[in-house]
Amino acid sequence: MSIEAASLSKDYEYGFHDIDVSVFKTEKGLTEEVVRAISAHKNEPLWMLEYRLKALQHFRDRPMPTWGADLSGIDFDNIYYYIKPVDEQKRSWDDVPDSIKQTFDRLGIPQAERKFLAGVSAQYDSEVVYHSIREDLAKQGVFFSDCDSGLREHEELFRSYFGTIIPSNDNKFAALNSAVWSGGSFVYVPKGVRVEIPLQAYFRINSDNMGQFERTLIIAEEGSYVHYIEGCTAPNYSSDSLHSAVVEIVAHPGAHVRYTTIQNWSNNVYNLVTKRAMVYAHARMEWIDGNLGSKVTMKYPSIYLMGEGAHGEVLSAAFAGTGQHQDAGAKAIHVAPHTTSNIVSRSISKGSGRTSYRGHIKVHPKAFDVHINVRCDALLLDTESRSDTYPYMDVENPDVTIGHEASVSKVGEEQLFYMTSRGLSEEEATALIVNGFFEPFVKELPMEYAVELNRLLTASMEGSVG
Amino acid sequence: MPRSEGLTVKNLRVTTAGKEILSGVDLSVPAGEVHALMGPNGSGKSTLAHTLMGHPAYTITSGSIHFAGQDITHLRADQRARLGIFLSFQYPVAVPGVTVVNFLRAAMRSQGKELPAREFMKALTAEMEKLKIDPAFRSRYLNDGFSGGEKKRCEILQMAMLKPRLAILDETDSGLDVDALRIVADGVSQLRNPDMGVLVITHYYRILEQLQPDYVHILHAGKIVASGEAELARTIEKSGYEPILGPEAASPEALPV
Ligand SMILES: Nc1ncnc2c1ncn2[C@@H]1O[C@H](COP(=O)(O)OP(=O)(O)OP(=O)(O)O)[C@@H](O)[C@H]1O
Ligand SMILES: [Mg+2]
Repeated sequence: MSIEAASLSKDYEYGFHDIDVSVFKTEKGLTEEVVRAISAHKNEPLWMLEYRLKALQHFRDRPMPTWGADLSGIDFDNIYYYIKPVDEQKRSWDDVPDSIKQTFDRLGIPQAERKFLAGVSAQYDSEVVYHSIREDLAKQGVFFSDCDSGLREHEELFRSYFGTIIPSNDNKFAALNSAVWSGGSFVYVPKGVRVEIPLQAYFRINSDNMGQFERTLIIAEEGSYVHYIEGCTAPNYSSDSLHSAVVEIVAHPGAHVRYTTIQNWSNNVYNLVTKRAMVYAHARMEWIDGNLGSKVTMKYPSIYLMGEGAHGEVLSAAFAGTGQHQDAGAKAIHVAPHTTSNIVSRSISKGSGRTSYRGHIKVHPKAFDVHINVRCDALLLDTESRSDTYPYMDVENPDVTIGHEASVSKVGEEQLFYMTSRGLSEEEATALIVNGFFEPFVKELPMEYAVELNRLLTASMEGSVG
Repeated sequence: MPRSEGLTVKNLRVTTAGKEILSGVDLSVPAGEVHALMGPNGSGKSTLAHTLMGHPAYTITSGSIHFAGQDITHLRADQRARLGIFLSFQYPVAVPGVTVVNFLRAAMRSQGKELPAREFMKALTAEMEKLKIDPAFRSRYLNDGFSGGEKKRCEILQMAMLKPRLAILDETDSGLDVDALRIVADGVSQLRNPDMGVLVITHYYRILEQLQPDYVHILHAGKIVASGEAELARTIEKSGYEPILGPEAASPEALPV
């Protein structure tokens, strides 16, 4: 399959785009009318419209964050906030309009489904155009749909969780998403049900100046297991697009949720995402977060360890080529005693690319016997490239063990000479180093993704080293 | 075997960091022969080795290098490697993230010497046994945290797998204990064949005793100042460089350059 993973603008394989086939879109810019139009178009209950409008107010009230990456290039007035590509969602690929289907064909989505997935969702601009879940899972009570369907079909359940993990006033971009959200995924796994093979959601931006605001809510009941994978790509346009998602996860006692992201947006996308998981007693949450595309990414998957024995992991890999800034990291908030977290970050910068690790560890006064491990390693491929680490710690209980290690290394001329003296070209040598460096991340991916990621990393090394 | 099949260096001048290090080196190492290169510290031995391998930090200002009948003066290191030139480094660098086994596979592939996975592992295991390298080293990162002696053995392991046509061993014997020295020397001896030339850079007679070089050359202040048979190495071992280079040899800086 040819999935969404690393490459640079020059050889970005997914930079093509389709003609505009949309059936409905709001005017450019963000106004109350736009928010009302989205809600009306979706036939939403009043509470949701009110929720959106309140969020819009939060968005307007908050200043642009200036503590992280440079966001000054975002022009909120020049963005389409809602573009609906098709009249209705399809359950068979044959019914998806040809041009959209071709796009997903080129991205390998239907093939992927046949091979190794329990369910597939494909979002194109603002709406999910195709959706499927294996029948046996549906029969066990597993829901997997877009978030709008979740609201329509399971309103009470949906409402009891929606916005409770990430409130609409959490931050400026969570507020934005809460005001104009559309699509995304709603996943519910009943008590004790183990979804042994992954569910995959695929996000594609097709339009110019598009804002994609998918919303994801995953509820894993007691003792259940689910692995959700998302991938994202977009065409190369000269003007910028915005992707601002909110992902809320609840892992009830003993549940195990793994959330894997391979973000490969084109280099004209601002990717500003809020992801948070509530992890209850003896539950386990794993964020496997790969950021390879986009112009700017700001994303810090969070774990709130709410119950005794809860465990959280954030394993991330970032690649920043020329013109890219990957400002990524993790948050671990230890609320309950006997909780553990493990954060491993690996980043590579090439050309003028820049990576930042931003981490926040917090231990509440009542959380004793807490174990935290943080390790971030950065690799610089050029003299121009840059990497920074911003670890924040806020520990209010003495009974805590924290390990923190960080390193920055450079691919040196002597390493390259050593490797080329054995026959490898400089590109092959660099690719070997890069693949080796990402190995701890790659080995956590399903095989198909791992193979593809290595291939694309290798491709992105070609041509411009040294 | 005609001499053109081996290595021929003519009037090689090399500068690095604005300084001339090699000032007209002439040297031939025909296929099938073992030549030793000796000389005081700082005389330019490693510079010559790096230049023969194509290190970009060393600029050839005049002269030429021919190998296997081809002018390789301006080839890149990887191109030279693919022609069969191998350098065992005096100071092998660590490459964290790249395992010995992955590196060797990639290197063999790049030289068109790829073996099916099974055969490769078999050959690797056999060579590691011969060199008394713990099998665990297969999945260790290349030279990362290796002891001095382990690095040297790993260089010879790579040589054994890559089977070069010209092996340049830059002080591979330094830092090896007596047993390791024998193992390494045996490793080189076993690889020797009529198609392969060997250039051994060393300060010690001991390895030469085992490798039985056809010729010994003395490099001094960027020039080959003496060449002779194995006997020359024994003289140096016994009496130092003075009888050959004159009394100033002990401190090369004092020499007019
Ligand atoms: N990259 C470099 N930059 C600056 N000077 C260099 C560089 N490489 C070599 N030199 C200088 O060139 C001279 C020769 O060095 P080289 O390493 O070739 O000596 P050598 O004969 O191998 O010595 P040894 O027996 O100690 O290994 C030394 O004065 C060294 O400082
Ligand atoms: Mg030397």
